[in-house]
Amino acid sequence: MPFSLHFSPTPLITAPSPLSKPSFLVPYYHTLHAPKSPLCFSMEHALTHQGKQEAFDLRPEDSQTLPLGLRRDAMPSHVAVIMDGNRRWARLRDLPVRSGYEAGVESLRKIVEICCKWGIKVLSVFAFSSDNWFRPKVEVEFLMSLFERGMQEDTGIFFRENIRISVIGDLTKLPKALQELMVNLEEATKNNTLFQLIVAVSYSGHYDVVQACQRLALKAKCGLIEPSDINVSLMEQELETNCTEFPHPDLLIRTSGEFRISNFMLWQLAYTELYFAQSLWPDFGEAEFLKALLAFQQRQRRYGV
Amino acid sequence: MERIRERVIQIYGNLVSLLRKCIFCILSVGPIPNHIAFIMDGNRRFTKKCKLMKGAGHKVGFSALMSILKYCYEFGVRYVTVYVFSIENFKRSPEESIVNRYGVRVIFSGNLKLLSEPVRLAAERAMLATDKNSKAVLSICVAYTSTNEIMHAVQESCEEKWDEITILNSSGAGYGLISLGGYEQDEMDHLIKLNDIEKHMYMAASPDPDIIIRTSSETRLSNFLLWQSANCYLYSPSVLWPEIGFRQFLWAILNFQRIHFYLDKQRQQS
Repeated sequence: MPFSLHFSPTPLITAPSPLSKPSFLVPYYHTLHAPKSPLCFSMEHALTHQGKQEAFDLRPEDSQTLPLGLRRDAMPSHVAVIMDGNRRWARLRDLPVRSGYEAGVESLRKIVEICCKWGIKVLSVFAFSSDNWFRPKVEVEFLMSLFERGMQEDTGIFFRENIRISVIGDLTKLPKALQELMVNLEEATKNNTLFQLIVAVSYSGHYDVVQACQRLALKAKCGLIEPSDINVSLMEQELETNCTEFPHPDLLIRTSGEFRISNFMLWQLAYTELYFAQSLWPDFGEAEFLKALLAFQQRQRRYGV
Repeated sequence: MERIRERVIQIYGNLVSLLRKCIFCILSVGPIPNHIAFIMDGNRRFTKKCKLMKGAGHKVGFSALMSILKYCYEFGVRYVTVYVFSIENFKRSPEESIVNRYGVRVIFSGNLKLLSEPVRLAAERAMLATDKNSKAVLSICVAYTSTNEIMHAVQESCEEKWDEITILNSSGAGYGLISLGGYEQDEMDHLIKLNDIEKHMYMAASPDPDIIIRTSSETRLSNFLLWQSANCYLYSPSVLWPEIGFRQFLWAILNFQRIHFYLDKQRQQS
């Protein structure tokens, strides 16, 4: 889920933690960071709303920002996250489900900021699965409007902080306005290089392989390749994760204590380290993320050997 | 004295077996997993840990596998799949007593052409010998990686579709299905669907696993059943494979039963 700029004054996280204080700076203009890609309408809109603008404190080259115990040389290049537990979080607090999703958006925003600071190059988030279309219509409509709102409001941040946005999934099922917004945002931020956020919407691992297969079949039909030419490399070129230099996540984190992948990025997770966190997604903050990364750095990866 | 000792061991064995059957009776009130897959990780580490001779870990691991198969088939699990990381894990074929007692059909899944001649022949013999068994299935994944399986299935699907379209075109009924240059979404949808790919998987004879168990605390799939693991419960006990026992099996079943209702609903919706 894209993050929102609305900072909530009331703490959303019940478990106190010394690391849960937001680390971004007080609102001010980042005049030194000129946007690197063409402006779109919402960028102009974003820049004229000074009161809402907040900037991240991003210094990926400064190794002193890494917490004790974390090694920069062993940081994963690509982290994938299944953001589970938003609804449960809301139910536990007798709040409506939409509050859970909004809290989830805040949590994502914090994790994106941390990833930028700690030198993680790519973060993929499972925002909306192909299977989620079966949820109640009201909930689905709310989520679509949340995505649209979030992307519009945070466009300024993406440009200012050199963040590239990529969207993967079957976008044809989304409302037209949201489709256009996503496509425009992808195009406008495609040359940003500091950090890449891949948002999986209406996506599933099965869908990804099937659409890659369909593309290859079409190429075979058009005589560009023979079916017998199909190999792992050709498959990878057609998977939707071809939008990134690091298509295979090094680490997958799933929150809320569920031990399954739920049809997220199946091919790409071949040698990914899986980490299952007990906390619900809105509660998954810097402390939990640090725990996951420390656990990752202690693992011996053998890549099938 | 020796006879008394043997008798005591026999009585103890029978009691344990009876207790296990009672536990299975109680558990079978809840859902029974149809398919459990195992990644047998930790044989070499076991050898090092217990300071055994080289290869001894695999022998102990093999006994552990036989026990686990016994629990699975006793409980009523119809499909069991094991991932043979190295050919060392699979120098001996499953004991005939287990295969015969539980009517197990043995299938070798993977790119068998990559196996050496004697191993491939032994595999084919085992498959032929158990072909008539129908109560349960044991899939042994050897020379197998999931990405290779998916790629192979994609290749076969493309070849099959290509043949179909060629036939249609030669009869004049395939108009509009072949075009040069750009394509439309509808055309893509007609081409290949999920079922077309699934039927070409090496593991097509088995349903998707309900539980994947990987020993040695390693939480990764290592290119095993990636396609099939979409909605299955992943369990990684800390014991090494030769140390796996009834306790871990029971824990996996209990957790599976806890989440089964929700997972079943997901599967029906997708």
